[in-house]
Order: sequence, then structure tokens, then C-alpha cells
Amino acid sequence: MKITLENVEKTFDTFPAVRGVSLEVESGELVALLGPSGSGKTTILRMVAGLEYADGGRILFGAKDATDIPVRERGVGFVFQHYALFPHMTVAENISFGMKVSRRRRSRQEIDLRVDQLLSLVKLEGLNQRFPSQISGGQRQRVALARALAVDPGVLLLDEPFGALDASVRRDLRRWLRELHDELSITTLFVTHDQEEALDLADRVVILDQGRIVQAGTPREVCRSPNSAFVTRFLGDTNHLPGEIRNGRVYVGDIDIAPAATGEGPAEVFARPSDISWETGGPGVGATAIRVIDRPDGRRILAVTDRGHGIEIDVEPDVAVEAGSRGNLRFTRMNVYPANSARTP
Amino acid sequence: MRRRRVLPGFGLSLGITLFYVALILALPIGSLLFKAASLGPEEYWRIVSSGRALASYRVTVLSAAAATLFNLVFGLALAWVLVRYSFPGKRLVDAIVDLPFALPTAVAGIALTTLFAGNGWFGSILAEAGIKVAYTPLGIIIAMAFTSLPFIVRTVQPVLEDLDPALEEAAQSLGGSDAAIFRKVILPLLTPALLAGVSLAFARSLGEFGAIIFIAGNRPFSTEITALLAFIRLEEYDYQAAAAIASVLLITAFVMLAVTNALQARALRYTRRS
Amino acid sequence: MKGNAKPPRVGDRPAIRRTLIATVLLVGAILILAPLVVIFAQAFSLGIGTFASTIAHPDTRHAIFLTVVTALIAVPVNTAFGVAAAWTITKFDFPGKRLLTIVIEIPFSISPIVAGVAYLFVYGLQGLFGPMLQSAEIKVLFALPGIVLASMFVTAPFVARELIPLMQAQGRDLEEAATSLGASGWRTFFSVTLPNIRWALLYGVVLCNARVMGEFGAVSVVSGNIRGQTNTLPLYVELLYHDYQTVGAFAAASVLTVLALVTIVAKILLECQGAGRAGPRALVGPVAILKEKTP
Repeated sequence: MKITLENVEKTFDTFPAVRGVSLEVESGELVALLGPSGSGKTTILRMVAGLEYADGGRILFGAKDATDIPVRERGVGFVFQHYALFPHMTVAENISFGMKVSRRRRSRQEIDLRVDQLLSLVKLEGLNQRFPSQISGGQRQRVALARALAVDPGVLLLDEPFGALDASVRRDLRRWLRELHDELSITTLFVTHDQEEALDLADRVVILDQGRIVQAGTPREVCRSPNSAFVTRFLGDTNHLPGEIRNGRVYVGDIDIAPAATGEGPAEVFARPSDISWETGGPGVGATAIRVIDRPDGRRILAVTDRGHGIEIDVEPDVAVEAGSRGNLRFTRMNVYPANSARTP
Repeated sequence: MRRRRVLPGFGLSLGITLFYVALILALPIGSLLFKAASLGPEEYWRIVSSGRALASYRVTVLSAAAATLFNLVFGLALAWVLVRYSFPGKRLVDAIVDLPFALPTAVAGIALTTLFAGNGWFGSILAEAGIKVAYTPLGIIIAMAFTSLPFIVRTVQPVLEDLDPALEEAAQSLGGSDAAIFRKVILPLLTPALLAGVSLAFARSLGEFGAIIFIAGNRPFSTEITALLAFIRLEEYDYQAAAAIASVLLITAFVMLAVTNALQARALRYTRRS
Repeated sequence: MKGNAKPPRVGDRPAIRRTLIATVLLVGAILILAPLVVIFAQAFSLGIGTFASTIAHPDTRHAIFLTVVTALIAVPVNTAFGVAAAWTITKFDFPGKRLLTIVIEIPFSISPIVAGVAYLFVYGLQGLFGPMLQSAEIKVLFALPGIVLASMFVTAPFVARELIPLMQAQGRDLEEAATSLGASGWRTFFSVTLPNIRWALLYGVVLCNARVMGEFGAVSVVSGNIRGQTNTLPLYVELLYHDYQTVGAFAAASVLTVLALVTIVAKILLECQGAGRAGPRALVGPVAILKEKTP
């Protein structure tokens, strides 16, 4: 089912949590709402679910206006951040709860059969009689998902689905959830503050800041063409240097580093550590290495430019450099924005 | 702004709550205050500042203060012993601390009176030492101390249980003596709970009735508590005086409630910061 | 103790330890244990026969009956109120919520005598509805309704104050989950909320019941103290005591004492189930109960 948000707003007391968000999620799409805490992403998700009511705007499921439909009748599957499994019910009772309270009467056999199907779908066969306190965090997460899927929701909503899990469990569950989505193709919207998770899992990533969408696009689009300093910084490690655009060229200090796409004047230059190379000759921004960190997949040089800006560069494992080495920085890729548009995420 | 509730039952539960609060709490309290207010300021003042009333405030407040002070020390010691030491019968002691809460006040009253009367188990011993408890302010203090003891123990106990041992260990590693650590580390951490317990115990003592009237002797000007004076005025069909004196107790209770809440707000700010 | 020797904590020196334990036990024995013992000692001081005949006396039996009837009305009504109040306060945000929480706690701070006097000015002859009630020949004061109302006033916060901190700590996720799965309000309450608060609820009910059955001050104002008619058990204890029927008074008191002991045992059993430990118990009051909501 297609989800459409039209200029949705929400204010808590006096705090504007969501300010005019419009978004379309195509049927069968898997979309991530990505943003720092306080960006309004969870509030948007809860409004789609009907767990909050929007103060303004509309939410449509398909062509139907769902804005005023109470959560009970909205037909969404919601997976809570801390799962909200009913602690006094077994796994099977948790999963069957939605079927039992439904207006559609089902026989016991039908319910039991469906529970077993769901448990095998989430790879938890045989755990029917366990209580939530007796299973691991990753298992709980999957029970919560099975419980949400049991009511055949038109839309699946997940609030920080992996937030409460260990890093290793997280990665496995992520891949598994993607496979599950490809199998079921339910329109899915999930919230995360972890850019890696969003990029890894989603068809499309919606980046939010201060209650507004700042950029939406495929992982490739947002990674390759971040539209602002905020998005650039939020998506990963990056170096930030003050620069200037003169005669259609980007300058850092006096060094011409690339052709410019934006207008003349002071600029902010962002380059990721892997987008800078460390050269020992030729043109480039002069820098001195302060420290070199060795890692399994390469070396990271912490350096200071001749103008005193700290910078980090990732180089191949065999590059010979040590503290005190002089080098020239060559920029292979970068994002340039007019000055004063940068905001720390 | 559209105001709707996600979870069901707001109207029903708020309706029941407000109806009950209005009928059971607000209506009688309002009626009492209305009655007291209808006396007019001069008449009201005459009643509440009469010699007998003033004497009753004095004996009530002083006894409550003494009982609370006693419980501050004994309650803290009891909580400390229950949390920090193990000894045979500890669970029983822990259980029996709740007795003053669970025992009807009238029952406590006659039991304490029997114990401390001149011919009672304790009264006869104390009489030999020339100390009279029953039918003196000392009796009032004992009755108040009995009924309000659990407040202090039960507010301090959980805080003491949750006290991080690392704090003490840190103080010990810095060379603090036991006495210094208790005074400078443990006591300040317990202070919010102690204050809350003290204000609850004091409020309870001010309003206590059943446990006191048996042991107090109830002589006007010396061992008559304010709650009893209100009761006596009723029995004399002096409803105006009863209303006025009860309103003094009521207003005092509100003040105590405000103080307790302020103390707790302070205490919570303290805990939230750490 | 045992093998796991640890460095001593503050106050672990034997001298301090022993002194403190001994002092606490001694004072505790005098102040708390002795009253308990003296009740039974007095009740049985003239032998079990006298005790039995006191208990069997029609006035005693009527007092017990009246006390039980009062509890049977006041406790369920208060429980319903407590659940409704806790649901309102913990599941919703609305203006005046803090004030409501404080108002519910008011009876804790008020002298029971004040409660009784206050009721007199509502339903008594000199009260708001008194004349009206008299012309309709409805007896509220000096009759069962008055006793029940005064008892409900005094115990109004008991159930709510056990539930509010617990339900506050549990949050709204479970109810939201149940609702998002299509459950109705009652269904959500009975199959999701109630199973998770049942011990705290029972805890509140037990404490409420003990107080209702033992209430003295408030009831003594509104009951009129009519022997064999409006005497609850605590009032009957007073009556016998002032009649110099000390043994009878203590025999009746021993019934209430057994009730108190049963209450304490029930309280301990419920605490083993985790009741009475939710939220910031140390800070007994409305401010402690209400923590900030999360947006």
C-alpha cells in the first residue's frame, strides 16, 4: 500500500517536532527515516501509525485519507523500539494476540497454524511456549516483528528496529530483514539514527533535521550528492576546510583544487578521508602528519595543513608516512557549499 | 489544534476520577471551609485564638515535633540496622515495622495506655523512677512516635539499599574515617529521603487522633490535642467552633503537603542530576 | 560472612554493630512489640471463656458485621476509583494532571477528625444537604452511608498511589502495541494492563481494606456511636474501654490485631511478587510519582 504524507505537522506543547513534512512511500518500498535525535523521525512514524495525531496536514494510505483513522483500525504493523512484548504472555500468545482480538473470528487451529508459520518465517521455530524474558534481544525483536505481521498489515512500521541490540546481532538481523522484505514486499517505513543501517537496508533514505526533510533519495543519491553540509556530515566522517570560489575554481588557501559548480565567494569544502590522497610531490595543499593510526584495511593519517586545519586521510597500508612527515593533499572528490550553510549535526 | 487521544478510555476514566474527587474529597472539604468562612473574620479569629485552642496547638505541635525528632533518630537507626546488618530475626523486625500502619489507631491507643498506665508493665517501672507517661504530654509523644515510625523507616530504607557502595569505597580510599564518611557522604545522600519522611511523620502526628485520646488524659490546656478539641466542640453541638478548629487543622495539612512536595521536588532534582 | 570476606563497610565495626542492633531491638520491643503482646495478654487475661463470650456477644458480632459491610462497599468502590485515576494520570497528558495527582493524595495529610467534621457539614442537619435529606427521610449521617463515605474519604489514595508509580514506570508501549493490533479498550485493559499491575493492585486493596476496617477518627464523628447499630469494631473497642470493660475491649481489639497481622503477612507476600516497589518509593508523594513525559 502506498503511503502519502502531505505537509504533516506536529507540535508538542511548544516544541515543533515535525514541520510540514511531505513524503511518498511507494507500495512495496522499504524506506528509512534517518536523522539525529530530536529530528522528528519517530514522531512521523508514530503519526503514520496513528499513535500520534497530526496537528496539520494529511496522511493517505493508498487513496484513502487515514489522518483521522484511530490506530486500532488503521491496519498497520508497528514494531516498538523496545519491542513492547507482553511480558505475561508466551511468544505464541504474543503473536496470536492480534488475531484473537480481531473482529474476524478465527478457529484455534487457524491461529495455531498461523503462529507456527510466522515463527518459521522469523526463524524461531519451537519457541512458542517461551516467555519474552526467556529469549535473547534479537529473538525478541523477531517475535515483535512476527506479532506485527500476524494481523496482515498493509504497512509495516519499525521504530529503531535494531537500536537495542549488539553490533554483531544488528548486522545479521539487518540483512535478514532485507531478505524478509523482498519476500513479503510489504510497504515498510523504519526509523534509525544510524546512517550505516539506513544505507544498508533501505530502498530510499529520507534524511531529517529539526522536523524537516533535508534530503530524500536512494542510498546512492544521498551518498554521492549530499545536498547540504548537514547531510554530508551526517552520513559519515568528513573533513571540513574553509575555501573560496574564484573564477569558477575552488581554492583552499592559495591552492586551486578543483573546478567549482557553485557561485563565487567564500565556501565550505568537505572531503571524506578516503577522498584525499597523500602525495610527497607535486601540487596540493601542504600538510604535516601528526600521527598515523594503523588499521587492518589501511592507515589513517592525522595531519595539520600549513594553515592550521586538522585533517584526516585514509591511505593504503603500504604508504610510507610517519609523524612529522611532510606531504601534499590531493582532493579526488569533494562537496563544496557556500559558506555559513554548515551546521554541526 | 485537534485534541484526540490515542489510547481509549480517557473520557470515562477522567470522568470517574473527577466525579469521585468532587463527591468524596472536594465537597466535604469545600463545605468545611465554607462553614468556617461563614463565621466572619472576627468570630473565626476569636475561636481559633482562644486560650484553650492555643494551648491545644502548642501541645500538638510540640509533641509532634518531639515524636518526629525521636523517630528521625530511631527510624534512621532502624533502617540502617535493617539494611546494613544481618542478624537472627531480622525479617521479623522488618515485618513488624509496618504494625503501626496496619494496626487500627484505637487499638494502638488502648494498648499503649495499658502499657504506660501507672499499673502497666512499663508504667509501673517508670513510676518508681518518678516518671509519669500516661495522661501527660509524654504519653502523647509516645503515641505519636508509634503511629508515625514507619514513615521514616520506609522512606529511608530503600534509599539506603540503593546507595552505591562505590561511594563509600571511594571515601575510604581517600582516607575518610567511618564517622566522617557517615557524616559527609552517607547522611547527605539520605537527607532528601529523611526530609520527606520527617514531613510525612510530622503531618501524621499533627492529625493523629485515635492513638492519642486514650493515653493523653485530655485535660484542657495541658494534654488536649487540637483534633480532640474539634471533636469535643462537636459533641457540645458548637458546630461553628468545630468548623473553625477543623479548618485550622485542614489548612495546616495543606501547608504540610506543600512543604512535602517542595522537599520532594528538591530531592528529585538532586537524584535527576546524579 | 561465610567465605567471601570483604573489607568492612562503614559502621561494620563489631562494637558499633552490636550497639546499634541491641538499641534498635530494645526500643523496637518496647515501642512496637510490647503493644502487640499486651493486646493478646489482656484479651485472654480472664481466660479463653471470657474472650469467647465477648466475641460471641451480639454487639461484638454486629460491630464485626458492620465493619465487614463497610469494607465490602468502600474497598471495591475505592479500587475502581484508583484504577480509573491511575489510568487517566498515566496513560494521558492533559492540563491539570499534576494538580489532580496532588488532590488525590490529600486525605493522607488530613486528620481523620477533619474528614469526619467535613462530612458533617455536607450531610448533617447544619450542612449543605442535611435539611434536604431530612425531609426526604434519607439517613446518611449516624448510619451506614456516612460511615462508608468517611471511610472512602480517608482511604481514597490507597489504590491509586500504588498503581500510579508502577504504571508510570511501565509506560504506554504495551497498551499502544495492543491497540495497534486491534484490541478494544477493555480488552487492552483486561488482557494487557491488568496482568502487569495485578500485584500492585492487590497490594493497594489490602492496605485500603486494613485502613477501612481500622478507621476510627473519621468514623467516630459521623457514626453517632449507637451501640448495636452504628458501632464499627474500632468504635466498639473504644466504647468497651470507656465502659471499663478492659478485657472485652482487648478481646474485640484482638480481632482487629489479627486483621493487622494478616495484612502484614499479605503485604510481605505481595512484596515478594514485586508489589510496592515500583517507582521512587522512597519519596512518597505526588511529585515523585509524576516524572516528565517523553515526546
